[in-house]
Amino acid sequence: MMGTIFDWLSGLLLVAGGFFVLVGGVGVIRMPDLYTRIHAASVTETLGTMLILTGLMLHSGWELATFKLLAILVFLLFTGPVSSYALGNTALLGGLKPELGEQDPPKEGRES
Amino acid sequence: MTLLGLYNYWIFILLLIVGLYAVLVKGNYVKRMIGLGIFQSAVFLLYITMDKVEGGTGPIMQGVPEPGQLYANPIPQVLILTAIVVGIAVTALGLALAIRIREEYGSIEESDIRRLDHES
Amino acid sequence: MIALIGLITLTLVAVAAIATVMATNLFVASMWFGIFSLLMASNFFILDAADVALTEAAVGAGVSTVLFMGALALTGEKEAIRSRVSWFPMAVLGVLALALFVATFQQPMLGDPMAPVHQHVAPWYLEQTPKLINIPNVVTAILASFRGYDTLGEVIVIFTAGIGVLSVLSFKPKGRQSVSSEALAAKVRGVQHHSILRVVGKLVIPLLMLFALVVQFHGKYTPGGGFSAGALFAAAVMLYGILEGADRSAKAMPEKVMLRLAVFGATLYTSVGLVCMLLGGAFLDYNVLWPDPVVGQYFGILLVEFGVGLTVTTVLVMVFNAFANRPTY
Repeated sequence: MMGTIFDWLSGLLLVAGGFFVLVGGVGVIRMPDLYTRIHAASVTETLGTMLILTGLMLHSGWELATFKLLAILVFLLFTGPVSSYALGNTALLGGLKPELGEQDPPKEGRES
Repeated sequence: MTLLGLYNYWIFILLLIVGLYAVLVKGNYVKRMIGLGIFQSAVFLLYITMDKVEGGTGPIMQGVPEPGQLYANPIPQVLILTAIVVGIAVTALGLALAIRIREEYGSIEESDIRRLDHES
Repeated sequence: MIALIGLITLTLVAVAAIATVMATNLFVASMWFGIFSLLMASNFFILDAADVALTEAAVGAGVSTVLFMGALALTGEKEAIRSRVSWFPMAVLGVLALALFVATFQQPMLGDPMAPVHQHVAPWYLEQTPKLINIPNVVTAILASFRGYDTLGEVIVIFTAGIGVLSVLSFKPKGRQSVSSEALAAKVRGVQHHSILRVVGKLVIPLLMLFALVVQFHGKYTPGGGFSAGALFAAAVMLYGILEGADRSAKAMPEKVMLRLAVFGATLYTSVGLVCMLLGGAFLDYNVLWPDPVVGQYFGILLVEFGVGLTVTTVLVMVFNAFANRPTY
């Protein structure tokens, strides 16, 4: 019975992870400029990767492959957000300005 | 069914043509090195396509091999493994030559270099 | 199901290749080339070639992109757009494409077990490897032992390319002042204002080197071997050079030491063969290295793969240091 529960759970996690990765892909295409695209891709991708790798770990049980998948998960958690940070920071330093919408004018009448 | 079975070869032809187009038509030397890299990868794809066997696994024998077990063909993998690293070494040599040409002529476009050679 | 994923990856590979050639900014083209190589590596994995996928990912998506960036920093990034389209090369390419397309209809289908390529030598290798050499990874057995002579030639080619790069870049243009890399590095060392990158990168470097050593010495049991391990170790050194500045990486791995280690790697390979001759066998016949032939094969493959890994690492590190430390003239 435990085996069936684990199979169902791992299938559910894999489907959820796939859904998040798909949402990230749609976000990259639909977002207007680089910074929003980085945000869409990196946040959903990190979550999607965690869910997919956890689903695979549940599927393989107590084998050596589980520990290898855990090591891959830790490594991706380290380097994924860092690379999106590097991309965004370099774009900002290189002079790419984000597209901003209408800004409210600063409020008048502030006594210092 | 023919489509699924032959798709790898058609993609190989497409990559070959794209790589050769970059080498023949583009004037920039670094672009030509990139085109040569695409050409090399197309040839790797052809070799590795030949090694797949339906229902086989990778050529790593875990424990005692069962009599009915099919393995992927290991020989093209051996050839391509060395070819990849040799390819990058030769690409590095080509890029070093492009750097030297840039330092001597001031540009790496073929039209500029021909003009400078004619003038001198 | 796997066939469908294979079809999709192949289409993505073709799209990436076309995008590479059509990009006019060369930095964009080299980034697309890295994406193209990574998609090729996943394609190789779908086609059951694990060693080749590992090496292509390390070399194509890692080392090759860094080398192109290093060259583009010295040559310039814009490509001139040619206005007229020449018809003669297009006609040649069209004829070639048509001829190859007609020829593909006589090829065996993907995965056909009755194809001629699976009939002659491959079953012999797959049968004899457990008896003669007894290591699980058949690809390493063929690379280092059955076809060891070819691999010796490849190692010599890699070494020659390395000394070719060094000799081409040892000339400096006469009579011009250079902006020396020390002066540039004193202003901004590596990526020193990106502290997050430096901290995480420095955590990754020892893990990457450890992984390279595992791939090198575990290459008999899992996919790997000397070529992949050399590329991975060189990638770790390149990461250090990017994070801390190229002059520090040139001091950490000085060119003279790297050159001597590359010579030592190629010589180790050749001398294993010569020792086999001195012990009574043929050149590169590892059976005579130990009283038990299977253990002799084990030792021969171990030493030979170590020589290969050493040469590949040192040549790629030398090339990276030569590119990154070249002063702009």
